[in-house]
Amino acid sequence: MTATIPDVKKSWSSVINTVTIGATVEEGGTRTSAITIGGETTLPVHHFEGEVPHPPVVAMEVWDVPAEDWPDLVKEPFAEVMTDPGAWAKRCVDEYGAQLICLRLAGCDPNGENRSPDEAAKVAKRVLESVGVPLIIWGCGNTDKDNEVFPVVAEAVSGENCLLGTITEDNYKTLTALGTAYHHKLIAESPVDINMAKQVNILALDIGFPPENILIYPSTGALGYGIEYVYSIMQRLRIAGLKGDKVVAMPILCDIGIEVWGVKEAKASEGEVPEWGDARKRGPMWEAATAYVYLLAGADILIMRHPEAVRATKETIARLMGGGGTS
Amino acid sequence: MILIGERINAGFKDIATAIREKNEAPVQTWARKQAQRGADYLDVNIGAASRNPEDMAWLVETVQAAVPTKISVDSTNIKILEAGLEARDGRGALINSTTADPGKLEKLVPLAVKHNASLLGVAMDERGSPPDADRRVENGAMIFMTAVEGGLDPDRIILDPILMPLKFMQEQARHVLETIGQYTNLSDPSPHISVGLSNIASKTTQRSLILRTFLVMAIGQGLDAAICDVMDDELIAAIATAELILNKEIYSDSYVRAFRLKAGASG
Repeated sequence: MTATIPDVKKSWSSVINTVTIGATVEEGGTRTSAITIGGETTLPVHHFEGEVPHPPVVAMEVWDVPAEDWPDLVKEPFAEVMTDPGAWAKRCVDEYGAQLICLRLAGCDPNGENRSPDEAAKVAKRVLESVGVPLIIWGCGNTDKDNEVFPVVAEAVSGENCLLGTITEDNYKTLTALGTAYHHKLIAESPVDINMAKQVNILALDIGFPPENILIYPSTGALGYGIEYVYSIMQRLRIAGLKGDKVVAMPILCDIGIEVWGVKEAKASEGEVPEWGDARKRGPMWEAATAYVYLLAGADILIMRHPEAVRATKETIARLMGGGGTS
Repeated sequence: MILIGERINAGFKDIATAIREKNEAPVQTWARKQAQRGADYLDVNIGAASRNPEDMAWLVETVQAAVPTKISVDSTNIKILEAGLEARDGRGALINSTTADPGKLEKLVPLAVKHNASLLGVAMDERGSPPDADRRVENGAMIFMTAVEGGLDPDRIILDPILMPLKFMQEQARHVLETIGQYTNLSDPSPHISVGLSNIASKTTQRSLILRTFLVMAIGQGLDAAICDVMDDELIAAIATAELILNKEIYSDSYVRAFRLKAGASG
């Protein structure tokens, strides 16, 4: 007797936006390569029922100042280059295979070094000169300061088609205007809240910013720290986008490293918790496992820190995309 | 929600005159206005202004030159429907409409298949307007079955249970609501269900209130399309809210704006 397996393939009526970050010389920038993401016509890894034309990509994080508060384990691979964001970025690309660089302007924070907009712009230019991959530029998180810094930085990197972030429900006008004026893409941030994720997009679209130039950042939680909430929000956003809700049909970005390297499971030394085993393996594994979960939820860009986690994640992406991996 | 903009219809004086004088401006103005407001289809109807299929072709071409929106060719005359479909530049179309008359279905189902168009079927037969829900369901089911057997994708079939003026046939609105609920059981997924909304408010003084109250009640029953005045902001806001309450859309504080943006982008 043979049983017939019912065909459960689903077809979706719509498609996730395709977004390209970085401009090559022909496109008016100086990048040696651009990155294209999005364009999915189905859920993640559902290759049997639709297209995932652009594999997710891994960005590595570089700061404008030495990242003093990173745990030693994740500072170590960059120890001699942390004082030079250009060299730091170059190491991420040349040695660790970063597909984009995420420059975090932590040094501009008024509670830290309070660096000037000009200094931030200089660092951004330095990173662009040092590597050929596209650039994500992330503000320090202080709204007022970011609104002072970004006008200078966005102009300085004009023509490079960078990804700037973040806009939020309460603070979107400055960055949206800059994205329009200098042709950059934007990251729309919301605090693990699907309604606000939609709202910030509407606000940006409503003042004429094109939906194709927005990425959704629904916030990120490390494995064990609310990951399931973010996962379900990403799923709902992706399903709504595939069903035709153009307001949420954007690729999704996850900020993995900053979350993972703040939790004890990743950063505690063996001395502190002997039963958790080798910290050198545990930390990168925690970061890679977190990234893996978000890949399954539909992440298009993962921002990461540890080279081992980056290597494992890129291998995972190759496998999930049907490439079989590298080892 | 599939919004079919009702305004390019020779029942309106400015459009009737435009058709007679071959004046593109009023037609294109209404095409742009309705498209901007999120119409998924623009209904085009030469009505009593002309019996000449070439006028329908002109009307379709005129609309197409202004906006990329899909066209709903609206006529009871098959020659006029054909002329409208053939005048298209390849964009999507809706045939508005057939009835449950076998002679009509025999011609219009193949026409829809040939032009890859959707087909709107009004639940009327040779006996005239249906007096109750049973007749509406019978006619709707007959249209649906005939269209599917004729090779039309179920997603391309839209059933219309026929609205009657509330002022003169008050009992009919309830039958229509009941019919909508029953249509949703005809197939899985449900066929699309539409009404020509303005009928219900004919000759009433509280026109817009009746229109949007009925529409919300009908959406609650499963209605997912309407030929209506897409310029009516309160009507659109009521639709957006009804869809939100049914959890068809993700909530956001600006959900009405989102509905407009979404409709505009897909139109």
